[in-house]
Amino acid sequence: MVGHNIVAAPGIPAAVAPPKKGTLRRIARRRSTLAFLMTLPLIILIVGLVAYPFFYALYLSMLNKRMTSFIGLDNFAFLLRRETFQAVIWQSVIFAVGAVIAKALIGFILAHVLHTLPAKGQKKWRGMLLVPWVIPPAISTLAWWWLFDPSYSAINWLLMTVGVPSVAWLGDPNWARFSVILVNVWYGAPFFMIMYLAALKSVPDQLYEAAAIDGATGWQKLRFVTFPMMRNIIAITVLFSLIVTFANFDIVRILTNGGPQDATHIFGTYAFQVGIQSGDIPLGAAVSLFIFPILAVFSVFVLRGVTKRVRETAG
Amino acid sequence: MNRTLVATGAATAPSRRKIGSIKQERRWALIGAYVALAVFVVFFLTPPFHMLVTSLKSSAEIADFGSNPWTVRSPTLENYRDLLTQGNYVLHFRNSMIVTLSVVVITMVISTLAAFALSRMRFWGSTALATGVFLTYLVPETLLFIPLFQIIGGAGLYNNLFAMILIYPTLTVPFCTWIMIGYFSSIPRELDEAALIDGANHFQMLWKIFIPVALPGILAAIIFAFTVSWAQFLYPMAFLVSSDQMVLTVGIVSDLIRADTFQWGKIMAGALMAAAPPLLVYAFLMDYYIAGLTAGATKS
Repeated sequence: MVGHNIVAAPGIPAAVAPPKKGTLRRIARRRSTLAFLMTLPLIILIVGLVAYPFFYALYLSMLNKRMTSFIGLDNFAFLLRRETFQAVIWQSVIFAVGAVIAKALIGFILAHVLHTLPAKGQKKWRGMLLVPWVIPPAISTLAWWWLFDPSYSAINWLLMTVGVPSVAWLGDPNWARFSVILVNVWYGAPFFMIMYLAALKSVPDQLYEAAAIDGATGWQKLRFVTFPMMRNIIAITVLFSLIVTFANFDIVRILTNGGPQDATHIFGTYAFQVGIQSGDIPLGAAVSLFIFPILAVFSVFVLRGVTKRVRETAG
Repeated sequence: MNRTLVATGAATAPSRRKIGSIKQERRWALIGAYVALAVFVVFFLTPPFHMLVTSLKSSAEIADFGSNPWTVRSPTLENYRDLLTQGNYVLHFRNSMIVTLSVVVITMVISTLAAFALSRMRFWGSTALATGVFLTYLVPETLLFIPLFQIIGGAGLYNNLFAMILIYPTLTVPFCTWIMIGYFSSIPRELDEAALIDGANHFQMLWKIFIPVALPGILAAIIFAFTVSWAQFLYPMAFLVSSDQMVLTVGIVSDLIRADTFQWGKIMAGALMAAAPPLLVYAFLMDYYIAGLTAGATKS
């Protein structure tokens, strides 16, 4: 009976049942020691390679270029005054917000369209639509780079055969901004699609049947049944994608390397150029720390969404 | 909201034509669905298709302005042959494999143990740790690569493949732990009890019950760790400089672009072969992965 008790309430018998025997308390203590040991590698990893580097970044960002003296927030002040960096902030916002809106819309449309298909064909189409997301972006962006090539662009070849003048995809600042967003949307839309598809499948059919009996049109079903049921997933996916897209590196680095005239630099690529390529580690650390406020704000909301979701499904 | 639904329903419900129009509406919806799908499939598959076409061309054909970039006149495998017989491509492939497989193993050990402890043994700070794990998952690599550059340099691991094996787990472990906590928590506690009554210790319980029962979740975690390690670009870009230490994502570009000569045929062939392992993994295990991934957000 005593043994059974320990099992039924793991970890807390010491707190719930007043421990009459010393063995009981010892078991509880041993169990938590064991649990601690099992999580120790995880804790070491998080503390040593995530938390420590983060605080080290804060420290680095307050040094001068040669890392010989402490200059407080001068690096941040310098960056904010610099026109190039102001442009980087704007470009990061345009890039992330533009790409996430497009990804969310396309993902939603595709998920909805897939959901209407009969189950048999669905898997085949889904497989094809997931290809962009399966290929590592650093690899697939090479294909886009080649498609956008100034003299051999295969897209321009198509445009010219239909009589449209060719486009300087990566040479003109605005087209370059468009191109990096396009590639990001191409890569990221399938992720939204599978998240939304999973959410759509979790909406009970009875709700749609009830709506149909009430005579709801397709749009009304979408507006009053699908959206409210998916709101949380949409929010989580959008916020998560905003974080990831703000912190993007691969696509811009390969496609334009920030050019032309720094028009497509975002935080990640600019930090790389300043910190690693130009060797100004402190300034580079300051640039990448600008990602942190965005991360902090959005992750609070993501976490709230996730815990809410967990509670909903648990209860 | 309800009122509008009822009102429109009352107006149209009694007519008989409605049934036919629903059928027709559905047919049009299905046609619209296929059109939309076709458009997006073309958009999504164009780059890989063009990759394949280019990889099968000789340099002369690629450079010929008169030829159609979307078709091959005289297909050849010389790009593939060259990559596999000369240069460092095979080495990069091997490096990618070494890093990825090591990271998958390390990740699975760390996160299985942690997920087991976090899902079954409540201890002081365990909830905070679970939250911390999730938050770590959200930390992007672009935020930390500069301090890590200094740390790696200080540890004497700059331009060393093993630095990747050390750092990549920060990107894979948090999410893998998170999905496995979800899977482990869904295992009924009666199974633990049965095992404990039979005299099993915690490690036997983990090995003989949790891992077999949560196998779909473990597969999803392995695929995630594999994908992330195989695709990682920023860290090798920042920490690896010599070709013999490079992994595929940085190696292809660094070796095949010399000054202004782009060997596009070889670049595309190399890219296609680099994309093959994840494509194969997904072709066979897609369902497990999607189930694990979406469970993290929809059910957990």
